[in-house]
Amino acid sequence: MAQTNTTGDYQTTQTLETFGFLPKMDASEIQAQVAYIIANGWSPAIEHEHPSNAFDHYWTMWKLPFFGETDINAVLAELEACHRSYPDHHVRLIGYDSYTQSQGSSFVVFEAR
Amino acid sequence: MSTKSYQAGVKEYRDKYWTPDYVPLDTDLLACFKVTGQPGVPREEVAAAVAAESSTGTWSTVWSELLTDLEYYKGRAYRIEDVPGDAESFYAFVAYPLDLFEEGSVVNVLTSLVGNVFGFKALKHLRLEDIRFPIAYIKTCGGPPAGIQVERDRLNKYGRPMLGATIKPKLGLSAKNYGRAVYECLRGGLDLTKDDENVNSQPFMRWRDRFEFVAEAINKAQQETGERKGHYLNVTASTPEEMYKRAEFAKEVGCPIIMHDFLTGGFTANTGLANWCRDNGMLLHIHRAMHAVIDRHPKHGIHFRVLAKCLRLSGGDHLHTGTVVGKLEGDRNSTLGFVDQLRESFVPEDRSRGVFFDQDWGSMPGVFAVASGGIHVWHMPALVTIFGDDSVLQFGGGTQGHPWGNAAGAAANRVALEASVKARNEGREIEKEARDILTDAARTSPELAIAMETWKEIKFEFETVDKLDVG
Repeated sequence: MAQTNTTGDYQTTQTLETFGFLPKMDASEIQAQVAYIIANGWSPAIEHEHPSNAFDHYWTMWKLPFFGETDINAVLAELEACHRSYPDHHVRLIGYDSYTQSQGSSFVVFEAR
Repeated sequence: MSTKSYQAGVKEYRDKYWTPDYVPLDTDLLACFKVTGQPGVPREEVAAAVAAESSTGTWSTVWSELLTDLEYYKGRAYRIEDVPGDAESFYAFVAYPLDLFEEGSVVNVLTSLVGNVFGFKALKHLRLEDIRFPIAYIKTCGGPPAGIQVERDRLNKYGRPMLGATIKPKLGLSAKNYGRAVYECLRGGLDLTKDDENVNSQPFMRWRDRFEFVAEAINKAQQETGERKGHYLNVTASTPEEMYKRAEFAKEVGCPIIMHDFLTGGFTANTGLANWCRDNGMLLHIHRAMHAVIDRHPKHGIHFRVLAKCLRLSGGDHLHTGTVVGKLEGDRNSTLGFVDQLRESFVPEDRSRGVFFDQDWGSMPGVFAVASGGIHVWHMPALVTIFGDDSVLQFGGGTQGHPWGNAAGAAANRVALEASVKARNEGREIEKEARDILTDAARTSPELAIAMETWKEIKFEFETVDKLDVG
């Protein structure tokens, strides 16, 4: 890697929890994570929030969780629709695990523009 | 009913306490001991002696036995099994009636089961391998103050193990410098940092000063990263009163989690502190100093799976379990066996993991397994595979030993963790493909690239001392 005069200077960034340290996922990578949620039998759900409120536990829900949805493309289409409607919001995908009453997965798919 | 008469003298234990026809009740507390008797003493007699000395019996008959119904209260040795690959020892299974133990007190259970009997002269060695707690008893114990699900919700951590580090050097930093080390780790991407177990309140850093500086470090890191953070403030102290004082202050400064050493502090102190945490909305991290004194010898002491079960009952939200791959002792299957006991609601008997009984935990909350000690980025795919999401992976030297410092070290670990989890979710075999996954991730993370270079040759490959018993 290129040694510059900033090498070794680690700058703090807003990272938004899980997968916040990885490069932005491309379409096929997002698709794989949706497939993982569905394969586990979890319910996909989408939430969005303005960055100024991103630290809150509750973000606004995009419709209801997609209970029983097994079509990966349907979930991807909802993510796109949410992102189009709220371009200045973060959009996250959740996999609700009804057995543990927790979220088996949760990560920000689209960051606010 | 009163057909017995009193006859003074010494009886053979097996007359009363060896009952091979006994079918254990669902409410019985069952124990499996690995027994090594003195040469020449029959197995049944030794097993019966263990049952007697850990329940109602003593070496001599006493007249006052006839005032009660010992048939109801006595422990019973009901089965003997060979230990695979070991001609000298055998397993003795003992059933204890529920009424022998005070409700909600692992202290009382251990005082009976691992009390005087361990010094009994007819035994060369004795090891408590496993306890089956009946669900009726489990329902009397408080258990983890929060549990896995509640902690995830409070800290907003989903779909991955949490990432931590013990602050180093473990002793000697001033409170302000210590808070600096915490802040650097947290801003770099760790979720949690930890007081070392021997950090209590020494002259170089008194607890109150540490708590205040650490609280500022947490708050600043949270504001800058937008993520929720914590630091296990160790409240272990010389008296329970002092622990509660420190715990109250940890809550006052806004830290979400405190820490206790459950073996050196003791189960009574631990249960009290767990109850306090439950009442005060605080999480409780449990360290296990002294465990290897008790659990490492394969023929004597208490297996860690028993200590882990007792901790889940006494209360704790995190428990150290070893790493399997790092610098500290730990057989993989055995570790998986007691990690299950911490987290699952039902664990079936599985001798290949050293689990001797079915264990029903009912609705008792789960405990995060903590892997800590001599681990670094190269271990990440293996750790994610072994411990799964409900764990805390703690890299002390592996974070703070990074050439660019704590923040860069933290970022390297976080990138490695997230790359491993992402690849696992994509269906890849991450232990086998570890090199490819980490190398790919390092392309966009110079911090990870340097970390991989720094620790590429470090391995801890020694034979495990305490292995599972196999032929």
